[in-house]
Amino acid sequence: MNLKPATLTAIDEAITHYPNKRSASLPLLHLVQEDQGYISDAAIEWIAAKLGLQPINIYELVTFYPMLRRKPIGRRHIRVCRTLSCALVGGYRVCETFKKEFGCELNEVSPGGDVTIEFVECLASCGTAPVVMIDDDLHEKVDVAKAKQLSDQIKAESTKSR
Amino acid sequence: MPAPEQRRMIFAHIDEPGYTRDIACYLKHGGYEVMKKAFKRQPAELIEEVKTSGVRGRGGAGFPCGVKWTLVDRKSGKPIYLVVNADESEPGTFKDRYIIHQDPHQLIEGMMITCFANNVKQAYIYIRGEMPQGARILEEAIREAREHNFAGANILGSGYSCDIFVHRGAGAYICGEETGLIESIEGKRPYPRIKPPYFPAVLGLWQCPTIVNNVETICHVKHIADMGGDAYSLIGTPGNTGTRILCVSGHVQRPGYYEFEVGKLTLGQLLHDVCGGPLPGRTFKAIIPGGSSAKVLRWGERFKGKLRSGQAFEWGVEDIPLDFDSMAAVGTMAGSGGVIVMDDSVSMVEALANINAFYAHESCGQCTPCREGSLWMKKITTRMVHGAARKEDGQLLVSVADQIAGRTICAFGEACSWPTQSFVAKFKDEFETYATSKPAETTTLI
Ligand SMILES: Cc1cc2nc3c(=O)[nH]c(=O)nc-3n(C[C@H](O)[C@H](O)[C@H](O)COP(=O)(O)O)c2cc1C
Ligand code: SF4
Ligand code: FES
Repeated sequence: MNLKPATLTAIDEAITHYPNKRSASLPLLHLVQEDQGYISDAAIEWIAAKLGLQPINIYELVTFYPMLRRKPIGRRHIRVCRTLSCALVGGYRVCETFKKEFGCELNEVSPGGDVTIEFVECLASCGTAPVVMIDDDLHEKVDVAKAKQLSDQIKAESTKSR
Repeated sequence: MPAPEQRRMIFAHIDEPGYTRDIACYLKHGGYEVMKKAFKRQPAELIEEVKTSGVRGRGGAGFPCGVKWTLVDRKSGKPIYLVVNADESEPGTFKDRYIIHQDPHQLIEGMMITCFANNVKQAYIYIRGEMPQGARILEEAIREAREHNFAGANILGSGYSCDIFVHRGAGAYICGEETGLIESIEGKRPYPRIKPPYFPAVLGLWQCPTIVNNVETICHVKHIADMGGDAYSLIGTPGNTGTRILCVSGHVQRPGYYEFEVGKLTLGQLLHDVCGGPLPGRTFKAIIPGGSSAKVLRWGERFKGKLRSGQAFEWGVEDIPLDFDSMAAVGTMAGSGGVIVMDDSVSMVEALANINAFYAHESCGQCTPCREGSLWMKKITTRMVHGAARKEDGQLLVSVADQIAGRTICAFGEACSWPTQSFVAKFKDEFETYATSKPAETTTLI
């Protein structure tokens, strides 16, 4: 485990927020995933040791919570809302557009590694549906045209950074 | 009758040009003055004000907040915790997001008053994982509040200390259920606990007495402390006091959030006058009035019965007042305030398939009826949509739903059954004839 110093500081701080260490499991999982991109076997063991737990106590969280992942994802993370209010105004079409633009299926890294596309449940922004999260940013009223535009932007940025 | 004016109390500053979320702006608008006044009063008096106000929980169940607070076990000698439910994951609900993003100090002030009233020394905000910016905004706001000594040790020299921490979820709807949420903070899988004995007010977080309230409810506490419980109780209608944020999504001209006095507005006024009516060339078909778990209403449906107060009513669907008791009287619920509108372009089978996919994904899996049943309901509706519908599928769906509701640990069992039960009951023909008269071109919902 090669965690950044800032992550280690944040981990020590998070543990102080609770009267017992186990309660810091989820915060630590978030911090490690942000640092490493995913939760590896080594990470599970490291977090368990840090909190005085057994690896299974951490593993059972990783396998339960949809946001925790066992594998790296693409450089950008596209999360399209699937649920009713978004679907009623074209959420499924938006998701198809992203898949076509990046030539990949859901939950896999696109060829070239640009993105991973996920279909997620209601993002609590149904009044401005359809909505899409790209990394930490929420994009509202995303129709097919806007989905293409966002895809172009991502492609342009990754060509530049290469 | 035209719709009444909005009354913006909780959303007073949402989308206001020039209003920023930092503490300086909040203080300029009189921020933390209510807290300062409240800290000079007896905690028991504050609880009494909240009881008098009649405010009911805005998270879904509509339980009177003041009553919840009096159920807290204060004799155990254990610490009392406050957990603010900012999981906002009931489909169709989008209100807490705006409070968190645009007016976080309103929430923090409400929390500090709640904590002081209930002798809470440590409070948590449980925010859903998909709101990473919201979590950072709250952390920054808490830091600012601490810097001004509105939180932390010896607050404003009162001798009272209380800290707030933010706890992030990780994408599971069941963490919105209060006991699942508590398990999640404890670092476990968010498996809801059985009640009794695990009522949060007695055996909550770390087996200590715990108050769980929704973000919006806690913001109301600030306004109750400000104007007093009596004055607050005059807003809205008797038994359904205060204002409420209504989140409208789906097929209307102007979706969005609107704040009105509870019960002063009918569903018809909301959808026609406030939201501009159906999309061009369309008519309304079905409304889910309180988040996706609420039973659906068919446009054109009529209701007759008696309210909890004993008063008789006879309403068309557009006449239903938007309050807790009226929605319950017509067999559904005001729930989380999320109103989802579907017009005549929508197939009810397909809409239900979308909803069922949600619940199948979100069941925590502890109870067999819920784990298996939610998946079966999803499989049946998905199969129907993908070309293999049978005439008896409606009945089959209802038989599965009937075997879930009332047989599970938590209310998710009802939440996942009510859509199926109500969709099939109210659109029976559509379920029976879906195989033969499938609408030609619809928006993909599954
Ligand atoms: C399956 C399920 C999901 C829930 N999700 C939420 C939620 O996202 N936000 C919320 O405030 N309450 C949610 N609730 C209700 C909470 O359990 C709890 O009643 C509420 O937070 C209490 O706060 P209130 O009294 O202020 O409404 C949910 C309940 C169930 C059964
Ligand atoms: S009803 Fe469903 S969500 Fe609730 S505890 Fe049982 S299995 Fe879990
Ligand atoms: S349904 Fe997409 S944000 Fe709620």
